[in-house]
Amino acid sequence: MDRIQEAFSRAHSENRACFVAYVCAGDPDFETSVSVCRALAESGVDVLELGVPFSDPLADGLTNQLAAQRALESGMTAARVFELVRRIRQFSQVPIVFYTYYNLVFANGVEAYVKQAKEAGVDGMLTLDLPPEEAGDVAAACGKHGVKTVFIVAPTTPDSRLPKIAGQATGFIYYVSREGVTGVRDQVAGNIPEAMARIKKATTLPVVVGFGISTRAHVAQVAAQADGVVVGSALVNCIRENLADRSRIPAAIAAKCGELVAGTRR
Amino acid sequence: MPSAADPSRLDRFTVPDASGHFGRYGGVYVPETLMTALEEIARVYEEAKKDPAFQNELRRHLKEFAGRPTELYFAERLTKHIGGAKIYFKREDLLHTGAHKINNALGQALLAKRMGKPRVIAETGAGQHGVATAAVCAKFGLQCVVYMGAVDMERQALNVFRMRLMGAEVRGVEAGQRTLKEAINEAMRDWVTNVRNTHYILGSALGAHPYPMMVRDFHRVIGQETKEQILAKEGRLPDELVACVGGGSNAIGFFFDFLEDTQVRLTGVEAGGRGIRRGDHAARFEGGKLGVLQGAKTYILQNEDGQIELTHSVSAGLDYAAIGPEHAFYRDRNRIQFAYACDDEVLDVFQLVSRTEGIIPALESTHALVHAIKRAAEMRPDQILIVNVSGRGDKDVQQVQKMLEK
Repeated sequence: MDRIQEAFSRAHSENRACFVAYVCAGDPDFETSVSVCRALAESGVDVLELGVPFSDPLADGLTNQLAAQRALESGMTAARVFELVRRIRQFSQVPIVFYTYYNLVFANGVEAYVKQAKEAGVDGMLTLDLPPEEAGDVAAACGKHGVKTVFIVAPTTPDSRLPKIAGQATGFIYYVSREGVTGVRDQVAGNIPEAMARIKKATTLPVVVGFGISTRAHVAQVAAQADGVVVGSALVNCIRENLADRSRIPAAIAAKCGELVAGTRR
Repeated sequence: MPSAADPSRLDRFTVPDASGHFGRYGGVYVPETLMTALEEIARVYEEAKKDPAFQNELRRHLKEFAGRPTELYFAERLTKHIGGAKIYFKREDLLHTGAHKINNALGQALLAKRMGKPRVIAETGAGQHGVATAAVCAKFGLQCVVYMGAVDMERQALNVFRMRLMGAEVRGVEAGQRTLKEAINEAMRDWVTNVRNTHYILGSALGAHPYPMMVRDFHRVIGQETKEQILAKEGRLPDELVACVGGGSNAIGFFFDFLEDTQVRLTGVEAGGRGIRRGDHAARFEGGKLGVLQGAKTYILQNEDGQIELTHSVSAGLDYAAIGPEHAFYRDRNRIQFAYACDDEVLDVFQLVSRTEGIIPALESTHALVHAIKRAAEMRPDQILIVNVSGRGDKDVQQVQKMLEK
């Protein structure tokens, strides 16, 4: 069993939803980012979704755009992102999923990129601007090197597209609970149970729900409805709010994470 | 890398294929949320294309609202001044709102109506596409939001005011280098959020399928008219067509009906900016490489890791890191040639053409004129060269005035 599968079965056996935490690799700088990932791993995160900073993150809201900008300005490169994964692997076996944009995967050859990711310790890849229609090269490379693929289902996705999406995914399905970009919202979308029922007809893979989930109450609500809950911007905000004293960031993020993880119990 | 494909066997109607690819270029690289909207646009567009009522309505608006057909004008004094080939201008600058952009804006506004989308968004660089979109939205009673980089808002302040006068909301974009690329990112974010009631009128032959094809089709009228007009005036096809290429909408519309006339040389002119050095230009075929940006696979100015490079051009409309996928396709097949023009040459020719012809061209179009003048000088007086003057330079005079005073 791979690390992603293990994380979902462990959470399931403990009668809770998987907690998926997003942060941007290298935000606000490499060493702080290592500490952030350690804090997350030690605070009960089941899957770590690591954003690979891109100059043009068109699916992201302002919070994550600024995170990517901080990371790039601090000197993050493709090589440094892989280095960060290797550092995390020195202290944690938490499954790591890259949350990325296709040009970064494509730039120096898809297969070479996936191979390097695997060797660094990456378990899965979610490529935001890569619908299943264009995903042949990534799926093949991931299959060859044992990296799981994650694909998105949106509220606008009709039933007719679900088999195509499910057919390309090998890790889990990420249900984007509302139209829009990433970011904190006041309320969780109301359509989740219907969406889960639709998606589960097309796949046996776990389904996580993300976009706009930021409080323990949100997490608890979604945990009752899905296999996993993704929180991103609310954690990234802990970084942004402590930029004046970066040494405080890991503790701030651990506190927020602990509070959210508690919401995953069913 | 040009392939050995025989250009005489081009079939311009085989691309894009059903999945939106121009050979290895193009495609649909967008977040899942937009897939259904893109499929809907492709479907409704295919229906509209075959619907005589739609085509008649579009033709009527192009005539009555936009002012088509535009003239094919013999630039007699410029031709004498250069002393080479006869230079003609295709006068897209005479269109309502000041540039070719209105052709596509009208077509897509009719599509928005057909799809029942009451809200329209657009990006704009130089402001010409934004102004065209604002105008058609006012005309058809659609709500209009235009995204524009803060740098472009400053250098094209007049166009910002024009859009607002026509009822559009102009939202400044402060991210990144605050030009066209960031405006497109922000428009895509709006579209992802409001996709159910919003149509995105993308203004260039860029982005995910079906945009490059659809935008091209709406601008084909430029080349169709040009062909008829030159045959009427000269009794033969021209030797060369020249157009500027940002995303490449005026160029592909101008070239398309000449693709199979292989004796006609087709040249696209990119922005050489301050010179071909990293961050100083926007000539994608000079230092760009294959990549994926904002929906399409094409040539892109980017670094080793795939981060998009900064670009520079004196003209906001050409200041963009990617080129329309169809241009990359025909470049590989040796059917469209590419050159570039630099800022200082553009400033000189902007003044030269104003002085010799009494026509102030847009800075974008002036890039095409720079190259056309070089080419004409090398050609014989019995040869014919046509430049697409894609827009007028009224919007640029303040900026040029400032630059000349320096």
